[in-house]
Amino acid sequence: MLPLIFRRLLATIPVMGVVALFVFAVLHFTPGDPAAILAGDYATPQDIARIRAHLGLDRPFPVQVGIWLGQVVRGDLGTSIFSGLPVSTLIKHRAEPTVALTILTMLISVLLAVPLGVLAAWKQGSWIDRAVMVFAVSGFSMPVFWLGFLLVYIFAVQLAVLPVQGYVPLHAGVIPFLRHLILPALTLSLIFMALIARMSRASMLGVLKEDYIRTAFAKGLAPPTVLLRHALRNAGLPIITIIGLGFALLIGGVVVTESVFAIPGIGRLTVDAIIHRDYPVVQGVVLVVSGVYVLLNLVVDLLYVVLDPRIRY
Amino acid sequence: MSDLNRRQFLVGSTAAAAALTLGAPYVQAQKRGGTLRVIPHADLKVIDPIWTTSYLTRNYSYMVYDTLFATDAHLQVKPQMVDKYSVSGDNMKYSFTLRDGLKFHDGQPVTAEDCVVSLQRWSKKDPLGKLLLAATGKLQAVDKKTFVLELKEPFGLVLEALGKPSSNVPFIMPARIAATSENEQIKETIGSGPYKFVREEWQPGHQAVYVRNPDYVPRNESPNGAAGGKRVYVDRVIWRYIPDAATAAAALEAGEVDYYEYPAIDFVPRLEKNPNLTVFVTDPRGNQGWLRPNHLHPPFNNKKARQALLYLVNQETVLQGTIGHAKYYGTCPAYFMCGGGLPYESAAGAPAKPDLDRARQLLKEGGYDGRPVVLMDPTDYPSIHGATLVIRQLLAEAGVNVDLQAMDWSTLISRRARKEPPKEGGWNLFVTWWISADVMHPAVNAGVKGECDKAWFGWYCSEQMEKLRADWVRATDPARRKQLAEEIQKLAYDEVPYVLWGQFVQPTIYRKNVRGVLNFACPVFWNISLET
Repeated sequence: MLPLIFRRLLATIPVMGVVALFVFAVLHFTPGDPAAILAGDYATPQDIARIRAHLGLDRPFPVQVGIWLGQVVRGDLGTSIFSGLPVSTLIKHRAEPTVALTILTMLISVLLAVPLGVLAAWKQGSWIDRAVMVFAVSGFSMPVFWLGFLLVYIFAVQLAVLPVQGYVPLHAGVIPFLRHLILPALTLSLIFMALIARMSRASMLGVLKEDYIRTAFAKGLAPPTVLLRHALRNAGLPIITIIGLGFALLIGGVVVTESVFAIPGIGRLTVDAIIHRDYPVVQGVVLVVSGVYVLLNLVVDLLYVVLDPRIRY
Repeated sequence: MSDLNRRQFLVGSTAAAAALTLGAPYVQAQKRGGTLRVIPHADLKVIDPIWTTSYLTRNYSYMVYDTLFATDAHLQVKPQMVDKYSVSGDNMKYSFTLRDGLKFHDGQPVTAEDCVVSLQRWSKKDPLGKLLLAATGKLQAVDKKTFVLELKEPFGLVLEALGKPSSNVPFIMPARIAATSENEQIKETIGSGPYKFVREEWQPGHQAVYVRNPDYVPRNESPNGAAGGKRVYVDRVIWRYIPDAATAAAALEAGEVDYYEYPAIDFVPRLEKNPNLTVFVTDPRGNQGWLRPNHLHPPFNNKKARQALLYLVNQETVLQGTIGHAKYYGTCPAYFMCGGGLPYESAAGAPAKPDLDRARQLLKEGGYDGRPVVLMDPTDYPSIHGATLVIRQLLAEAGVNVDLQAMDWSTLISRRARKEPPKEGGWNLFVTWWISADVMHPAVNAGVKGECDKAWFGWYCSEQMEKLRADWVRATDPARRKQLAEEIQKLAYDEVPYVLWGQFVQPTIYRKNVRGVLNFACPVFWNISLET
C-alpha cells in the first residue's frame, strides 16, 4: 500500500500544477480589475494604472504566472491584494468552520441515511421503502437556502432554542460549538442523506439478491446480522464513494449555507475573493482545495482495499 | 412625486436633524462597559483610509484615527485635535496648535510633524486635498505642537478640507506611517482615535474588533457628528459581517447583534414593527442617485441627447421602483441636494416636469440614430440594479434602443474606466449614488467636474464649468458662494454632466438598549452605551 500512496502523492503534483495554471488564466482573463476596485470612486485612469503597476498586474501574463508559481513552490501562497494578509492565514482562519461543518454534516448524513437505505432495501416495496424514497426525493428537491431559512425561522426565530447565525470555535466550548453548527449541518445533511440513502438502497438491493445472502438467511442468522455483516459490507463500495465525494464537495465550501448562517468558511472566502478579483486569495484557495480533493480520493481508494481485500492496485 | 410628498420628505429630514439638536447628544449618565455588536454594511477589507475611498474603511478610520477638524451634524466645521488656530487677515496664513495629551496607540505623542506628513499624503489622493495642495505655498511644523499652512493663492475651503467628513478624510497618522506612498497600502493600524483596532482578531470577510482606547482624551464639548467630545462607553465593538440580509435581520430581532447599519430596505417595514428595535436615520440628508452618461461617445457626446435624459428620468418613478417606501425618499432638483440645512439647495435650471415627448424631440435634435445604447446593470447591487431596470424602461419608452448589459459591480467599476466606444468594450450609461457629504458642494461633487480626460468616469468636459468651480473654491463670502453654486447648477442643467434620479435616506436599526447614537453622514460609535 505504501508504494500506492507514494505514487498517488507524486501524481498529485502535475494535477495541482494544471489546476493552478488553469485558475490563474481564467481569473486574469475574467473582466474586472482589482486596481479599479481599490482605486475607488475618485480615481482617474492614471491612478488606476499606478495601482496596477504597484501590484504588478501590468506585467506580461507569463511573467505574472512565473512569479506566482515561484512563490508557490517556496510554500508562499502570496498575500491578499486588499487586506495585505497572507493567503495562508486567511485559509487557516476559514478552515476550521468548514472542516467542522463538513464532519458534522457527514456524520449526521451517514448515521441516518445508511440505516434508512438498508431498511428500504430490506423492505423493498413496503410503505417503509416508499417513505424513504419520498424523503430522498424531497431532500434532493428542496433548495438549500429555503430549507436553511425555514430551520432558522422555526428553531431560532419562533422557538428561540438555537442561534440564528454565527460560528463558535470548538475551543470556546462543545455546547456553543454544536448549538451554532447544528442548523447548518442539518440543512446540508438533508441533501446528502437523500443521496446516501438512495445509493445504499440501490447497492443493497443488488447484494440482497445474491445466493450467499439467501444462504445466510437459510442458516437462520438474524436479519440484522445478515444485513449489516454480510450485505452492507459488500454493498459498501458505492456508498464509500458517495461519502468521499460528499466530503470533497463540502470541504470546497458551501457558499449558500455559509452565507445563510453567516459561517466564516472557505466557500465565503472564495466567493468574496472572486467578487473583488482578489487573485492571490482565489488562486491559493483553489490550489489548497484541489490538493484536498486529490487526498480525499486517495483515502477513498485506500478504503476500497480495506473493505474488499480482492482489490489490489 | 408631488410637491407635497417632496416637502414631507424634506421636512422629515430636517426634522430629524432638528430632533438631534433637541434630543441628542445623550446627556443622561450613560452606563459603561459591554460589547456593542454591529452588522456593518460591508466587509472591512482595506485598512488604509487614504489608499481607498471605501466607505467602510472610512468608518473604521473614524474609530481608529482622529482628525484636526471635524464636521458636526449641522455641517459646521469645528476643531477636533486642534486646540486653537489663527487665520491672518487676508485668509492666506493659518496657524494650528494641537491639544494637550494627544497620543497614538503605540504610546507616542501626536506631533505637528505627524499632522504635516499625514496631510501631505492625503492631499496627493483626495480631490479636495489636491485643490488645497495646489493652493498651498508652505505646510510646515513650527514646533512639537504647532504647524502653519501658507497659501500661495486664495482658497476659501481650508477648514472645510481639514474637516472633510467623507472619503478621503484627512486622518492623522504617525509620520513614519504617513510617509508611505499614497499608492501603497499602509500596514499598521496605529491611530490616535477613541478606539484601538485589535489586529489579531481581524478576519476579513467575517469580523473586525475594536477596544476602547483608555488614553484617549475627548474634548470637553458635547459630541456632535464627528465633532465634540468623543466619549466611549462600551469596552468593545465587534463588527460582524453578515452577508445575507434576511439572516442579518433575524439576528437583530433575536438579539444576537445590537446594531444593523444598513438593513435592506425591503426588511425595514417589518423591523419597524418590532417593539424591541429603534429605527433611526443617521444621515437625514441621505443619498443622491445619479445616471451618468459617457460624454465621449454618441449619442451622449451631444448636449441635446444628454438633455433628453433630464426629461425622461422621472424621479418619482425611479425612486418608487428602487426604494419603494415614500417616507425614505424624495424628489430633488438640486445638484447639491435638498433639505437638512444644506446650503446650496436650488431648483435653478431644472425642467418643470418629466416630459417623454420633449425627450424624444431632444434625442432627434441630438442626432440619435437608433444605435444601441449600452446601459451597465450591476445585478449584485440591489439598489442600483433596481434603478437601472426602471431607467431602462424609461429609456425604451422614449425610443432609445437599450442594450442592457448585466454584470457584477466589480466588473462595472473596472469597465466604467474604459474610454473605448461601447462596441469595443466601453459603455454609454450607468447608475450610481453618493452620500450627501460627497456631493453637497461644487468642490466635492465629482460629477460636476468638467476636467475632460481627468474628470470622473464619463469624462464631462467644460471649460466654463471649471472656471465657475475655481471661482467657487476661491470665494470666501457665503453669499458669493451661493450665487456661484446656483450658476454652476444652471450650467449643469444645460450641459448635463449627470442626471439626478432622486434623493433617499438609509435607515439604521438597533435594539432599544442601545443609547446615544449620533447623527452624522456616516455611522460613528462613540457616545453609544448599552443600557440594561
